[in-house]
Amino acid sequence: MTEEHMPTVTTITAIIDETPTVKTFVFDELFNFRPGQFCMVWIPGVDEIPMAFSAANAITVMKVGDATSALFNCKAGDKIGIRGPFGNGFYPTGRVLAIGGGIGVTPLFTLAATGEVDTFILGARTAAELVFPDELAGVTDLKIATDDGTRGYHGFVTGILDQLDVTGYDTICVCGPEMMMKGILDRLVAKGIESRGQFSMHRYMKCGVGVCGSCCMDHEGLRVCRDGPVFTGDVIKDSEFAHHHRGPSGRKE
Amino acid sequence: MIKLQTPAAKIGGVSLTNHMLLAAGVLGTTAASLSRMLRLGAGGVVTKSIGPEPKDGHHGPSLIPVAGGILNAMGLPNPSKEFAEEISPLLAAQKPVVVSIFGGTPAEFAKVAEWLPTAQAFELNLSCPHAEGYGAAIGANPRVVRECTEAVKAFGRPVWVKLTPNVADIGVIGRAAEEGGADAIVAINTVKAMRISTGMRRPVLGNKFGGLSGTAVFPIAVRCVYDLYEACDIPIIGCGGISTADNVLEMMMAGASAVEIGSAVYDNVNVFSDIAEDLYAADGIPAEEIVGCAHD
Repeated sequence: MTEEHMPTVTTITAIIDETPTVKTFVFDELFNFRPGQFCMVWIPGVDEIPMAFSAANAITVMKVGDATSALFNCKAGDKIGIRGPFGNGFYPTGRVLAIGGGIGVTPLFTLAATGEVDTFILGARTAAELVFPDELAGVTDLKIATDDGTRGYHGFVTGILDQLDVTGYDTICVCGPEMMMKGILDRLVAKGIESRGQFSMHRYMKCGVGVCGSCCMDHEGLRVCRDGPVFTGDVIKDSEFAHHHRGPSGRKE
Repeated sequence: MIKLQTPAAKIGGVSLTNHMLLAAGVLGTTAASLSRMLRLGAGGVVTKSIGPEPKDGHHGPSLIPVAGGILNAMGLPNPSKEFAEEISPLLAAQKPVVVSIFGGTPAEFAKVAEWLPTAQAFELNLSCPHAEGYGAAIGANPRVVRECTEAVKAFGRPVWVKLTPNVADIGVIGRAAEEGGADAIVAINTVKAMRISTGMRRPVLGNKFGGLSGTAVFPIAVRCVYDLYEACDIPIIGCGGISTADNVLEMMMAGASAVEIGSAVYDNVNVFSDIAEDLYAADGIPAEEIVGCAHD
């Protein structure tokens, strides 16, 4: 406990519009992270929230609440604090399939950028909300699904998954809405390969370093911030996953 | 190093499987995380503090590791009454779970205690340094400490009172708890503290100030336990910066019958079993022989 981990104060150098609801914030510090690790982003006077790295010097954010709205109001030259990297990250081996939905594509994008992903299924509600489709097409075999059919497969990412021989992959890395991840885990369980799945969980977090307990999952008490956020399918299949989560007070929602 | 006999000790009315409890506020919001810490070797666990209303806590940043410790201002986040349902299976199984509770008045403490009639024991949080109207804000007043203790003691369960070090004479507060009928005193809660981000030119915690725990406060905790041992006759649970077996022994020599460990889980979630391996031996001495032995 001798090391100090005060937030690193960074200056926003660029803000990139990715979709109508998603922006990338580039800052002037580089963080040495593993894909799937996250940071705690301090927006002064507002709050501190967990965010996946989308590059060594960037986070990619969807506007969903007070803190992200405040971040969206920031401009180049403003300062934000970064703590991290935190958590375990993805640890793929062999042939890799990645499946990302909505803003959940962010940590998987950094994995694909390293050239480690053989096939990538990218989903969004509509074509305009697809995050990083062009960048991903350049580094992996990209398959796109949109709920409204405006681009690629008309339907959910699981529809594309059903067209693939998933047993041909050694690791299936997943991040996105919990019900999407549930649909994927169910398919892996059906084939008895849930331990090949690596799922990035999101839970309400306060400390980010495994002390406060706000992100602990039922029934094993694993800490999403420290023991995760990436868990294999066999670990989460009998957990609170797809059943409930907890809010800031610890109440089940 | 001195070794202790492997114990099955009853301290402050609670049967513990060893002398080390998980301190309140650390991994204590869910029954699952408390069970995990018991599985990982804690001799008992203390829950996150439960209050009269659900609270979301302070805005972040709410916890920052600093040199030699952890600075936090969580702001007493808790699910309030719903926690009684959450924790009831553990209490029914007679697990060594101490329920930490807080309130702003004796009546509020009693209101929360009433929800948990089967609690193994209550630990009264009269010491959190960063929650307006709660914790140390009322726990520095001996009369209020006594009244809150009396109000909870009326439920017939063991009552532990956790004290703040942020007072001139902790012995006065300890005696007030004892007069109110406390079964044990827990010392200490965090030390009021703050850091400023020079890059941001503002306090780093969302609440501006908070409480310091961890190795840095261990000498403060030892001194407080030593003072309380002189001032009081009920058992003392030492808390504050304990991370090694030698720390446990030192706390006991100051006067603690057992200890609580919190911040050390940041470095090592297996801290309880690791310390137990160093602390206990079949041919060790009874703990009673060293409790308070540093006093003349």
